[in-house]
Amino acid sequence: MTQDATPAIEEAFTEEWGRIVAALIRRTRDWDLAEDCAQQAFAEAARRWPGEGVPRQPGAWLMTVARNRAIDRLRYERMRDARLREAAALIDDRSEDEEAAELGDDSGIEDERLRLMFTCCHPAILLEGRVALTLRALAGLTTTEIANAFVIPEPTMAKRLVRAKHKIEHAGIPYRVPPAHLLPERTSGLLAVLYLMFNEGYAASTGDELIRVDLCAEAIRLARLLNRLMPDEPETGGLLALLLFQHSRREARTDPAGDVITLEDQDRSRWKRSEIDQANAILDVAVRGNAIGPYQVQALIAACHANAPHAGAIDWPRIADLYERLLEVTANPLVKLNHAVAVGMATGPEDALALVGQLEASGDLRDYHLLHATRADFLRRLGRNSEAADGYRAALDLARTEPERRYLIKRLQELGTGPASAQAGGP
Amino acid sequence: MKYLMLVCRDPSIELTPERRRTIGPEVQGWVQEMDGRGVRLQGQELAGAQDATTIRVRGGEVVIADGPFAETKELIAGFDVLECADLDEAMEVAAKHPVARLGALELRPFAEG
Repeated sequence: MTQDATPAIEEAFTEEWGRIVAALIRRTRDWDLAEDCAQQAFAEAARRWPGEGVPRQPGAWLMTVARNRAIDRLRYERMRDARLREAAALIDDRSEDEEAAELGDDSGIEDERLRLMFTCCHPAILLEGRVALTLRALAGLTTTEIANAFVIPEPTMAKRLVRAKHKIEHAGIPYRVPPAHLLPERTSGLLAVLYLMFNEGYAASTGDELIRVDLCAEAIRLARLLNRLMPDEPETGGLLALLLFQHSRREARTDPAGDVITLEDQDRSRWKRSEIDQANAILDVAVRGNAIGPYQVQALIAACHANAPHAGAIDWPRIADLYERLLEVTANPLVKLNHAVAVGMATGPEDALALVGQLEASGDLRDYHLLHATRADFLRRLGRNSEAADGYRAALDLARTEPERRYLIKRLQELGTGPASAQAGGP
Repeated sequence: MKYLMLVCRDPSIELTPERRRTIGPEVQGWVQEMDGRGVRLQGQELAGAQDATTIRVRGGEVVIADGPFAETKELIAGFDVLECADLDEAMEVAAKHPVARLGALELRPFAEG
């Protein structure tokens, strides 16, 4: 009799893929071999589990199959080499047991996925290579899936992966969790890769979703894993909470036409409560670690939005304070802009306009439409409608997507003016 | 793991007379430290690219050119051969080199085999 083993295989894939790949890489230093053997183990599970039943310890079963495949491959390669160099066979007379011991038994050994994650995210690898390799080696996505997720041709993605693996193998990139003196810097690099992965999914979520792997979900899964593997690093919890808060709003972010709905105007009943609760709990644990960092601060800001019962109840003074803390660790102009928005909500548009003015003077975001749109919003609230209209028009000139343009045109119409009057009043 | 470290000067970064005086002793300090650690096997400052000669053989003909083979913004000012545990160590050694602040250091792993 056969049973439906699909759920069991899917669950095992989520939990065991990275573990198997990590263990095999550590033993063989051969990334392709590790991926191939892990893939073969899952293929064998798909073939045998429906008939034989799901093994009691699926992970151990998969690991054994993958390891045996690796041993077979290595033995075959050794034999091939031996035929080429007969002498080698005479020296190399290790028994099968010794070979098996070399490939090891993983029960009870520390989780090697952490080692794999840090290696995939080594700063000497091109950033896009780090993201791709993490998705391949840890999340088990195929090259095709990763290429589709990033909307680039498959051969390009294949090349990117080959290049990253080649560099690891040939440039002396160590396969390890970095030592203490490198750990803080490398951890923040790793978190940045996961955040980038999430944002890539966030930005792409209006495209052709049918063929796309959900990068947001993958990034959350990996952040969850990292948080479990590094429980003493509060920023891992900070990142996970931040991603969960942002992801909880996915269904409320756009209207049926695909236009972006701003945070305050979103239908809060469409936010995923259970995910927000989870994010709150994770963030609580993280901030008790007394090592505040940028991801925790951003998560705290997201929490202010998520936990307010309605848009009118948002604690803007607290958000403005949190942005100020964030500015202490990052000079990012976008953070400055968000700070100005929060100050505008907390104490009024005059203060905010002053901050936006400073930002404009610095020239950092001169070509960013939201700088102009934000200034226009404040001017509108002060009743300076014609200046506001100029701001919206400047934003409209810079906006790149149709939904953004529609949003700005709507604002201009609310002011009783149209987008064309800029040209009409121009030279 | 062995690496060839190319020490490249960025000519667009102007050296103050003061900096010109101190850079030599600074590099000497780096050499001493890395020799002491056993990570620097050898190294040499090089004459300028204007003194380079490039040789190619094309169709059996030796083609000689006055100058370096590639025109790059950064000038190779010297090299060191490093023996490091891994790339992390080599990166740390390179980052300590005084010229890292006046140009760039390229780490080329030796090919295995």
